[in-house]
Amino acid sequence: MLEFLNVNLRQGDFHLSASFSVEAPGIVAVIGPSGAGKSTLLAAVSGFLPPDGGDVLWLGESLIPLSPGSRPVTTVFQDQNLFPHLTAFQNVGLGLSPRLKLSSEDRGAVEDALAQVGLAGLGTRRPAELSGGQAGRVALARALVRARPIVCLDEPFSALGPSLRHEMLDLVGEVLSDALVLMVTHDPSDARRSAPRSIVVADGMAHAPKETAALLDDPPEALRSYLGAQP
Amino acid sequence: MAGRAVPVIPGGAAGALVVGLTLGTLAAVALRADGPAALGPADWAAVRFTLVQAVLSAVLSVALAIPVARALARRRFPGRQALVTLMGAPFVLPVIVAILGLLAVFGRGGIVNQALAALELPPISIYGLHGVVLAHVFFNLPLCVRLLLQGWSDIPAERFRLAASLGMGPGEIRRQLETPMLRAVVPGALAVVFLICMTSFAVALTLGGGPRATTVELAIYQAFRFDFDLGRAALLGGLQMALTVAAGLLALWFARTPAFGAGLDRPPQRWDAAPGWDWVWIALAALFLLVPMAMVAIRGAEGIARLEAGVWSALAQSLAVALAATVLTLTLAVPLAIGARRVRGLDVVGYLPIAASALVLGTGLFILLFPFVDPGQLTLPVTALVNALLALPFAVRVLRPAVDTIEAAHGRLADSLGLTGWSRVRWLLLPRLRPALGFAAGLSAALAMGDLGVVTLFAPPDGGTLPLYIFRLMGSFQMEAAGGAAVILLAASLALFLTFDRWGRAGA
Repeated sequence: MLEFLNVNLRQGDFHLSASFSVEAPGIVAVIGPSGAGKSTLLAAVSGFLPPDGGDVLWLGESLIPLSPGSRPVTTVFQDQNLFPHLTAFQNVGLGLSPRLKLSSEDRGAVEDALAQVGLAGLGTRRPAELSGGQAGRVALARALVRARPIVCLDEPFSALGPSLRHEMLDLVGEVLSDALVLMVTHDPSDARRSAPRSIVVADGMAHAPKETAALLDDPPEALRSYLGAQP
Repeated sequence: MAGRAVPVIPGGAAGALVVGLTLGTLAAVALRADGPAALGPADWAAVRFTLVQAVLSAVLSVALAIPVARALARRRFPGRQALVTLMGAPFVLPVIVAILGLLAVFGRGGIVNQALAALELPPISIYGLHGVVLAHVFFNLPLCVRLLLQGWSDIPAERFRLAASLGMGPGEIRRQLETPMLRAVVPGALAVVFLICMTSFAVALTLGGGPRATTVELAIYQAFRFDFDLGRAALLGGLQMALTVAAGLLALWFARTPAFGAGLDRPPQRWDAAPGWDWVWIALAALFLLVPMAMVAIRGAEGIARLEAGVWSALAQSLAVALAATVLTLTLAVPLAIGARRVRGLDVVGYLPIAASALVLGTGLFILLFPFVDPGQLTLPVTALVNALLALPFAVRVLRPAVDTIEAAHGRLADSLGLTGWSRVRWLLLPRLRPALGFAAGLSAALAMGDLGVVTLFAPPDGGTLPLYIFRLMGSFQMEAAGGAAVILLAASLALFLTFDRWGRAGA
């Protein structure tokens, strides 16, 4: 279970508070107007923004003292998910060993992960030789080998077209089924499709996760203006 | 976050070494002096001359660079890119080669005096204050053009579009866009040229001299070479360092960044009509830079036949010095640039050698190493080490922003993967730094290859580097042979620079 205990996040004038808990595993969408602080909430989990006050707990232990790399968290960013000078294999391998010292067992794990995301045999390619969808798959393969119980997806597939994006989201549900996946999205249909639960972030406040279908069918005030005329 | 992830100990060690070498050598020279030293009237004249020529060189270089850069900024023509690239060439051009080129144009038998003689006008002399300033402008005008051109291209293209849509003419554009940019960029350019000219030695050695055209660095040379007055040399070295550091701090104080906001990186396009004298400025600048270089090539081609075997051993020594200096420079510059992510201002230590006297550095090293090593074997290692230090500011200047760019683009991902310490250096920073490393290595190698400094003090009469070999040929009036050797030096410097720079880009 991931708990936000009276968390206060501040970035300049911007302010966000969160106080709730999220049951693991499963995919949880983080939705809300742009600029409301969806990515900020994830940054508190992944360790890129230390909160002003409050605590973030995983299985009852505080995450605050841990650096981003040592948290039980894997983050897939909106962009710059791969090092352009390393091959797909090396990019995934970094998830197992930051020194890239891979045992033969590790190398097998990397190959398996690449195969699982449908990139078997493409390990020697560099990011420039991969399509956008393939690059996203490499990032997912790395999340797989890192095997952290929390995965933060910060709109990693937002640059892809709808059908490719849905394909990637289905892949997330398939390969990361053991993890708690926090997925920022600005597309309500993505949330409906992949995430049984959703956290609404609006007006300086992140709300406890609710059932996605119910939220979208009968949106609260804060979400209604954002969703507009959508069903 | 990113700050804590990079190693800082190597940078700290490099910084301590640089400070130790710069101040330690000065102390070593001072402590070796017999009795208290005092500066005579000639020394104060050297201080005055150094300041006057540095101010004149800086003001003239920048003042001439403004119309040239403005013309290049608003004109598009075939060969423009080649000309802009050429503006970077004097930086890697060995000083002695440039001086030969300037002598071929402005010297006693140069083409300007031949023309004056044909018109029955009195000849001009290139020696003295105006010669020193001419040579400094030759080196620094292109540098200033590049700096200012950068300033022009930093004005977002959207501003020019907005200005055009408001119907602004060249006058209004100058007031609203160009003058604020220049106010921000010019002080920095002035400071850079001033600092470079403060410690000028080879130019003063060849075109200056005498009581009325001696720089502090040349006075240090004379104190060592003719008087063996270590105390006076140390005093002058300390004074030069104090003056340069003060000027550097003043420059930092004045240097500001213009506030134009972010543009969308559209290619610059100008709608205002540009006056025709743009072409005059472009042509004059091209002539001023190209004719001396062309003269080196033309006269040198004639001189190659007159070269003796000694030139090849001098070339070999120069290559050895240049490669050793390059390795040392990068060994110091990379840790400094990376460590500065964690200790703010650590990279500033890398700029300290600009203020140091190369001759005091070299002599101090000799005094420090003398008890342990046979001095006959020291000339080249000491020259390489001094050259490494002299190139350090330029290498740090190239690498530091490159490290920041890498961290801005990939630091978050590296943090999230726990890439810290050596792993971060090995798998993120070094591979991404490759283009900057290649460029910095090329600069260091070319600077060391062309340096005519500390080697003048210690080289045995039959040995030394290629620039010294050329200087000696000039001293014995063998100008054809000197010209031939200059072509070889020029080719070697350019080859070194291009090889390293290519290597850097190959990985991109």
